[in-house]
Amino acid sequence: METGIHELTAGYALDALDTEERRTYEAHLADCGRCKVELASFWSVAEGLAVASSGPAPSSDLRGRILDAARAEPPVVVPFEPRRRRPLVPVLSVAAAVAAAVAIGLGIWASSLSSDLDSTRAALGNEREAAAIVADPSAQTVALQKGTGRLVVTPDGRAALALSGLDPAPAGKTYEVWVIAGSIPPAASGLFPGHEGAELVTIDRMVENGDVVAVTVEKAGGVKAPTQEPIVASKSV
Amino acid sequence: MRKRHAHLSDEALVALVARGEESALAELYDRVGRVAYGLAFRVLRDERLAEDAVQEGFLALWRTAAAFRAERAKASTWILTLVHRRAVDLVRREERRRTEPIGEQVAAHAGESETTEEAAWLRFERERVQAALSELPDVQREAIELAYYGGFSQSELAERLGVPLGTIKSRMFAGLARLRELLDDAAPEGSWKPEFTN
Repeated sequence: METGIHELTAGYALDALDTEERRTYEAHLADCGRCKVELASFWSVAEGLAVASSGPAPSSDLRGRILDAARAEPPVVVPFEPRRRRPLVPVLSVAAAVAAAVAIGLGIWASSLSSDLDSTRAALGNEREAAAIVADPSAQTVALQKGTGRLVVTPDGRAALALSGLDPAPAGKTYEVWVIAGSIPPAASGLFPGHEGAELVTIDRMVENGDVVAVTVEKAGGVKAPTQEPIVASKSV
Repeated sequence: MRKRHAHLSDEALVALVARGEESALAELYDRVGRVAYGLAFRVLRDERLAEDAVQEGFLALWRTAAAFRAERAKASTWILTLVHRRAVDLVRREERRRTEPIGEQVAAHAGESETTEEAAWLRFERERVQAALSELPDVQREAIELAYYGGFSQSELAERLGVPLGTIKSRMFAGLARLRELLDDAAPEGSWKPEFTN
């Protein structure tokens, strides 16, 4: 039934294919631009059907159970290898393989399309630059020596800080980012006001191997050289 | 707790989840969990199983967030797809499908634990989709509803309804394509939660 395979897009979007047909379709999907576009739009329709189905609320402890279960698993940092082109399954633990199989249709469909990140960035919009950096599979994660969160740096030196536990900067103050390279004076690399709880900040300067990224609280408008002790500092990249 | 990441898009949150950020997973649950559970419950008709499906769907998100590409689907769509697939797997395994309308049971709960704004938005969206569904020819609506809410595969539906498999496939495709048109027409600006605007 080669001629009818595009038509399976509907059944796939509604999870109505039998296992074997699902596999056949996923194999087809990897190389069919038309079906990828169609599937994206059918999934949006399915999302409408999901919203229309709204029923009772889940019990209040479900959220906690999900977070506990997530915490019990090793963090999935393995897929962030340079230019991952292989399917996800081999790099995940055995325990994760079952879940990966659930997602694999999506994974194949999604990752086969996007070797470059430009389209991701476009989709996210300029203000989502930091998210695009964090989402870059080739970017490395650098731990913080001070503060809570992480620094993410792409191979070409674009970087973003994902921070939590910061409050908005006090009145008349701002957070200021610094890139520190060896003995050279810290370079001012952007200001941000701070949000309650969590923060995703782009760094306005290339970050290279050996650099440390830090954040201080400075007077509004920023300063040319830090006047305070850092409240956030990464380890060396 | 609820507003911790309120300024971040769903897609940015998925990127953080892929970096192992639990609070981003929590925020996504706060945003999508309610609808995901409603969907799982509609398919499974059982609270415990519905919670299992939601939990496994979110853990699949936790494990595979790195595979997500924002330019191809919204994060909420992806999460609901993960949960729905798990719910369908469970319902087929449990053989516990029922197809009678869920009616009162749901109506009685609708609006519970939602903020006013969420409740209004959900009600609006629900009515919009139901109106569109009601415009479909009966056989198309039946195929879509039994598949998506009932968890029946196309071949099971062919057997159940006594029609050729090819007919079911065509009905489902034509029905979804028509539904897409109807929802596009009926979509006021910025209808489904706009994530890329501002």
